[in-house]
Amino acid sequence: MKIIVCVKQVPDTSGKVAVNPDGTLNRASMPTITNPDDMNAVEAALALKDNTGAEVVVVTMGPPPAEGMLRELLAMGADRAVLVSGREFGGSDTYATSQILAAAIKKIGIDKDDVIFCGRQAIDGDTAQVGPQIAEKLEIPQVSYAADIKKDGNSITVKRMLEDGFMEIKVQTPCLVTCIKELNEPRYMSIGGIMDAYSKEMQVFDYETLKDDPLIDPSTIGLKGSPTNIFKSFTPPQKGAGMMLEGADKNTCAKLAGILAEKHII
Amino acid sequence: MDFNLTKEQAMVQKMMHDFTENEVKPIAAETDRTSEYPAETIDKLFRYGVMGMGIPKEYGGAGADDVSCAIAIEELSKYCASTGDIVATHNGLCVGPILAKGTPEQKAKYLPMLCSGKKVGAFALTEPNAGSDASKGTTTAILDGDHYVMNGSKIFITNGYVADIFVVFAMTDPSKGTKGISAFIVEKDFPGFSIGKHEEKMGLHGSPTAEIVFTDCIVPKENLLGVEGKGFGIAMATLDGGRIGIAAQALGIAEGAMAEAMEFTKSRVQFGKPINKFQNTQFKFADMEVAINAGKYLTYAAASKKGEGKRFTKDAAMAKLFCSENAMKITTEAVQMLGGYGYTKDYPVERMMRDAKITEIYEGTSEVQRIVISSNIL
Repeated sequence: MKIIVCVKQVPDTSGKVAVNPDGTLNRASMPTITNPDDMNAVEAALALKDNTGAEVVVVTMGPPPAEGMLRELLAMGADRAVLVSGREFGGSDTYATSQILAAAIKKIGIDKDDVIFCGRQAIDGDTAQVGPQIAEKLEIPQVSYAADIKKDGNSITVKRMLEDGFMEIKVQTPCLVTCIKELNEPRYMSIGGIMDAYSKEMQVFDYETLKDDPLIDPSTIGLKGSPTNIFKSFTPPQKGAGMMLEGADKNTCAKLAGILAEKHII
Repeated sequence: MDFNLTKEQAMVQKMMHDFTENEVKPIAAETDRTSEYPAETIDKLFRYGVMGMGIPKEYGGAGADDVSCAIAIEELSKYCASTGDIVATHNGLCVGPILAKGTPEQKAKYLPMLCSGKKVGAFALTEPNAGSDASKGTTTAILDGDHYVMNGSKIFITNGYVADIFVVFAMTDPSKGTKGISAFIVEKDFPGFSIGKHEEKMGLHGSPTAEIVFTDCIVPKENLLGVEGKGFGIAMATLDGGRIGIAAQALGIAEGAMAEAMEFTKSRVQFGKPINKFQNTQFKFADMEVAINAGKYLTYAAASKKGEGKRFTKDAAMAKLFCSENAMKITTEAVQMLGGYGYTKDYPVERMMRDAKITEIYEGTSEVQRIVISSNIL
């Protein structure tokens, strides 16, 4: 069994967000982290590896420095890594990214009992589209919002966490699952893992590696192949401190109505 | 000359920083208040390969280099010097001599226990009348057939009442002075081994310190570490390595105290402005920064030399002396910067100041370090 985990290096949005003149993120000037939901996906894969001995392959699409993030995931316990990197892939939106990642996953190979884990969404784009789109391109089943995952032979049972409750779904492998933070607590790198991280296999898939896949076409990848256009990116203004009114009595309600009226809300 | 960390060392630093922030910092004050051994944290440190991290992979360890080992202790000690001490003692003073002087059989038996086997290690040299003058110990180990019979007691033993495996120094021939001292690997379950007084200390409350007592304790002959009569040399060489750990611990304490003081002075407003806008405060931080960086270079350089197999006695003593005295100065200054708040237990700097003091005392006092340094240059 093999578990392929798609991860993304994202800007640490706890600091200030820097934007290029063309509206895209100025990633170079911001510290980066592994996307938090993707860390839950990695942990889910490693936990499954602990129980089943499965192989864990981490995949990312990004510029060459993304190798550092992949090495950290290898230090957590992943077995090998694939960096999908090439100028032709730059500027890809979620549609183009999922085309490229799907082609990369096909190149890695998907067997009958393999699974693909993704984080639910990345904290930079917040679209939650790439995981489901990869599943569509690969024509495999997908289950989103996984809060619990159990493997049972050629199927897995996923507990989905939805706004108004849980849904349990049994799905045949190969399949794709998107993971949420409630799923687990990601482990740290281990010292032994760190000492091994730079001797583990790291493959780089560039345009040349993937170009023969029907999904890879200059019109469907990169900035040119991206139907989404970003008009503006900006740091949202900080919200002011809220005001708390205590009590459920008439006076408090009157006070609340007064404040709202003063602000011309009612 | 390359002053940069390797990729692996930088990764260890990041991992230990994250671990300390999430697992150690939140419980450090409570550990200090209750004087409870942080058992869960140590269990996790075993799980992540920090306990016994320098043990080669063939014995189940991580095979980490000496600079990485120092970084791990430094990071832990930024917020809990007790945890840093437990790890430094285990890795430097118990694993260290077994790795350096153990027979293949001893290594095969004990090293896996000290990493994946989750057995905690300790080092027993000091006695009531033999501190800095370690040659005056009176604990004896007399050969009797296939075993030694050990009698005496050791005091101020870090990890004393939680450790499973001790490296113990005892006189096998009291008539020969230091040439009559031998080293042994002693398990806590050996007949005649017992734990004496638990020490109540000024600081390092989470680090369990105790007296250990040997009453006709039976130590198998095969547990002699190194050659009979060569124990004093093993003790001194072990302390050389251990001092890098204490330098790293002291460095971490100083860094933690400085970080706390920087945070406090940013928001503490007096005379109409944050107190970090006063040049007096800024100059103090400048001095702290210089001392911390100098200490870092001394510590990493000593660790690096040890890793290269070069003689590092003087380097370790310089790092330990410099970092421990700076830890005391910087933590005292941090308490001063926090003023009345610094003197309360609402802020961690008073704990850091209490914890810092021991770094000037154990594994060779500052005075002993000056003896070591001067004897190496004169």
